[in-house]
Amino acid sequence: MFHAATLFLVAAGLQLVFGVQKIVNLACGSFYALGAYFGISLVTWALQAGLPPPLFLPVLLVAGLLLAAIGPLVERLLRLIYDRDESFQMLLTFALVLMFEDVIRRLWGTSPYQLGQIYLVYGQLRVAGLTIPVYNLIVIAAGLAIAVLMGWLLARTRFGRIVRASAENRAMSEALGVDMSRLYTRVFTLGTALGTVGGALVVPATAASIEIAVELIVEAFAVVVIGGLGSMRGAFVGALIVGIMRAVAIATYPEVEMLAIYLVVVAVLVLRPAGLFAKAAA
Amino acid sequence: MIRRALLIVALLVGLLVPFLGRDYYATLMLPFFGYGIALLGLNLLFGYTGLLSFGHALFVALGAYVAAFFTTRLGILHLELILFASILTALVVAVPTGLLCVRYVKIYFGMLTLAFGMLFYSFLYKFYHLTGGDEGMRVLRPKLLGQSFESLDKVPFLIGPYYYYSLALLLVAAFVMWRIVRSPFGLCLRSIRENPDKAEYLGVSVRRYRFLAFLIAGLFGAVGGTLLTIPTGLADPLLAYWTHSGNLVFMMLLGGFANFLGPLLGAFVFIFLQDQVMSLTEYWRFVFGAILAIVVIFFPRGLMGLFEGQAGGRG
Repeated sequence: MFHAATLFLVAAGLQLVFGVQKIVNLACGSFYALGAYFGISLVTWALQAGLPPPLFLPVLLVAGLLLAAIGPLVERLLRLIYDRDESFQMLLTFALVLMFEDVIRRLWGTSPYQLGQIYLVYGQLRVAGLTIPVYNLIVIAAGLAIAVLMGWLLARTRFGRIVRASAENRAMSEALGVDMSRLYTRVFTLGTALGTVGGALVVPATAASIEIAVELIVEAFAVVVIGGLGSMRGAFVGALIVGIMRAVAIATYPEVEMLAIYLVVVAVLVLRPAGLFAKAAA
Repeated sequence: MIRRALLIVALLVGLLVPFLGRDYYATLMLPFFGYGIALLGLNLLFGYTGLLSFGHALFVALGAYVAAFFTTRLGILHLELILFASILTALVVAVPTGLLCVRYVKIYFGMLTLAFGMLFYSFLYKFYHLTGGDEGMRVLRPKLLGQSFESLDKVPFLIGPYYYYSLALLLVAAFVMWRIVRSPFGLCLRSIRENPDKAEYLGVSVRRYRFLAFLIAGLFGAVGGTLLTIPTGLADPLLAYWTHSGNLVFMMLLGGFANFLGPLLGAFVFIFLQDQVMSLTEYWRFVFGAILAIVVIFFPRGLMGLFEGQAGGRG
């Protein structure tokens, strides 16, 4: 479940950007990694500055949101090739993956980072013989909250209506007076923020390492494919499926863990290429 | 004319490299031969048919593991047999995956190929007893045309007989590919890239041609993978990882996919540039990411596009 919450955040960013802009943003794994590292740094710094430990959660959120500022910058870069084939846009994000990886290496080095035991500040719960840190529950709750919030944003607000309309028919909504370039900047930034906040939130309970960027993107990608490209509900269900499958596989046959996920991905692509929930909601 | 002259010069230089006394550069040429063959296949898919595969590394890894399996497990050292087995294995794998993949185009094709690549990667990674897991499998020195060259050490073997063997294989592969793209078959592929609907109306069976292109590409990938892995002596699962596929696409784009020789140039520049940049800074990925970004944004036709200006390069 914990893993599912993480995956959902990254996959939701991927979905949002793909749904509206038709770009497969490989760099969203990098956004997640950046969020994780930056979150650690900011929290460490804040604790040294005398912050009471229980307040580290808001600091992480701030870190994630601050970092979302790279969203508009990346979007500017991508804007140069909006008129080109989708493959090129995907390749440009691949270039970004390479670059961000070295940015992280330069700033934080190659060894994994951890925040230590701080996430236990909120205590632990004992349920049926299992010990679960409360923090993990908070992250799951946060994932759910963001899911609900995104649903509300897309379904109920003016911004959401414009986003959905543009995803449906770009030319038409442009003709009706929607400022596309501004919309794209906003959507992309929102997608980035989902990734960076996700990274920042999850990192206290795990660790930040160089590889997470490229590992997470393929998992998020699996989620997106299973759920259906461009659908927010799909991202949610897909994340649940992958998260649970992983947990079950680790508990039963650890060897087939990733294999099973990709088998499902291939099966879904072959049988229902539009995904299990192919109602393009976002 | 100039092109032909340049090609001959390149070929002569290629023949002479082992005699220049800079063994190191000669060994750098070896991955170039392997990647060159693999990229010829990838370019048939993307440059000629218009399908971008993000899972081409699957076939490269397949060729590598066939070599490893034959030399260490079966004790068969004849490289000709190994290459033949690579081709057969690639066909066995490419037929089912190809049948599924070519049903889609554009981004869905890319994603399905990526999924297959990762499927293979996790297979290699997890089935330890069969594939050696994350440690990979050793690849022993093969026999070339029945000769084992036991008197030679590793480096003299690699930049001697093996160098020319690979070079010859690259030339054969390039010649075969040249015939393929110049044939009516190649023309059909290009018509598919330009306008699949129109091609279909004109009686080209789009899906069948895409499938055939996929098979050929996979086969070239496997041969390239076999050649790649012999100098390093190791087949490891990272060969199938998606970033490796990304690098293959990078090389192709760097050289210019709209051109027959573009991918070869791309592989060459990529390998030597990587060697240089890596010796200067540990942050070579950043430099390469920046280069890729610049190529994608400003020079979508790659280095070959630069040489030819806007007019040429129809492939």
